[in-house]
Amino acid sequence: MIHSKDLDPHFKLLIAKEPGGENIKKCFSCGTCTAGCPVREITDRYNPRKIIRMALLGMKKEVLSSQFIWLCSSCYTCYERCPQDVRIPELMNAIKNIAVREGYIPSAMKIQIELLSAFGRLLEITEFENDKRKEFGLPLIQGRTEEVKKILKELGLQHEEERGPA
Amino acid sequence: MKKKEDQPKNNSFTLFLGCTVPVRALNYEIASRKVAEALDIRFNDIPDFSCCGYPVKSISHHAYLLMAARNLALAEAKGHPICTLCSSCCGSLTEANHELQEDKNLRKRINEDLYRWVGMRYEGEVRVQHLTRILHQEIGVRKISEKVQSDLSSLRVAPHYGCHYTKPSAIYEKLEDPENPKSLDELIRATGAQSLSYEDKLSCCGGGVLAIDEQVALGMAQRKLEHIQAKKADAIVLICPFCSVMYESNQKKIEKVFEKEYKLPVLYYPQLLGLALGIEPDELGLKMNRIRTTDLVKKALRRPA
Repeated sequence: MIHSKDLDPHFKLLIAKEPGGENIKKCFSCGTCTAGCPVREITDRYNPRKIIRMALLGMKKEVLSSQFIWLCSSCYTCYERCPQDVRIPELMNAIKNIAVREGYIPSAMKIQIELLSAFGRLLEITEFENDKRKEFGLPLIQGRTEEVKKILKELGLQHEEERGPA
Repeated sequence: MKKKEDQPKNNSFTLFLGCTVPVRALNYEIASRKVAEALDIRFNDIPDFSCCGYPVKSISHHAYLLMAARNLALAEAKGHPICTLCSSCCGSLTEANHELQEDKNLRKRINEDLYRWVGMRYEGEVRVQHLTRILHQEIGVRKISEKVQSDLSSLRVAPHYGCHYTKPSAIYEKLEDPENPKSLDELIRATGAQSLSYEDKLSCCGGGVLAIDEQVALGMAQRKLEHIQAKKADAIVLICPFCSVMYESNQKKIEKVFEKEYKLPVLYYPQLLGLALGIEPDELGLKMNRIRTTDLVKKALRRPA
């Protein structure tokens, strides 16, 4: 049961201010997004139409704390088909950006931030990779990119300080 | 309409590898470089490129733009357009580029942080293209088919466009209809091989949710393997290393979870093209393909009578 006293009418305005969330209020719930969604074909835990409806109603906590906002595969099928140009994958990112600021971040994403901060990439380039590159005559790649760590740290996304051995 | 950038001089590009290619898809890189050489495309390399920024898009749009802008600024200093092998890198860099080119105030804000933290600025002068798009648009199917040496006409392959190569179409200036793309089919036919049509041809590999929910991702990839198997294809042809993580690296796992057998060879388009151009299979990294391609190669190396 949804109680109106629990709803936050400003939630949609908050989303609309976020990059990618600008067009949320144009949604008229036609369901084209959900009908063509390849994730929805596999699991009913992801239903973009429902998520947008919940967000428009103001179900802030339910949406931000949910797992389902993280299930968009960013395939952009709905983006192309939406008659109202709601740009759903970008809208999902806008909602996820807010969720992260409110402290809801899946562990998988935390790990990705740590990897990017440590290596500047999701997968580490070790000596093994560069040796292989030498073997095939390919140009070598820099193993670490400190500048990514700097960016993530300055934005407060990476809090871990370098720790010495425990 | 934004300004029209100049055509790349002498087909020179800066190659953007991204995270996945150098670690999990070296065969794609090797074949791409070989094929480029054969078609007079020149690649420059920048060793300190980082991740394109795509993974942090869901965490912080600002962080995403900064990471993308840093890479774009590095390429801008070299003066060549970027060529990506990964469709997701292509989408991510193109989209950031689009935003930074269209919105001067945004570019100013991003440049303030970029300069303060890493001493760089991006002026919005770089063009980003996927290798497949370069092959299709700048080299062209006619020139490619003229260079074909081997008879691949008995090969039946299933093209997988993936998502970020064509979508969102707005950032690609609607070059190709994402609901009915043709470029990869045309490029496959240029090699002499048959390009198959199959159910759900345009659907996503599932890679985008792999880190969040493996079962969902595997389920998405399995559907496509099923549809391609129904067409008795010799291989699926990919243009993105992350699609390969789903269809090749995870194919055994999918077979186990869904109790099915596919053994579907996975080729990167430059590997197929390389075979057609008469490049030795060993020089196309085919030994690194996890699902055996021996039978395919045998068919491919049959010379015209």
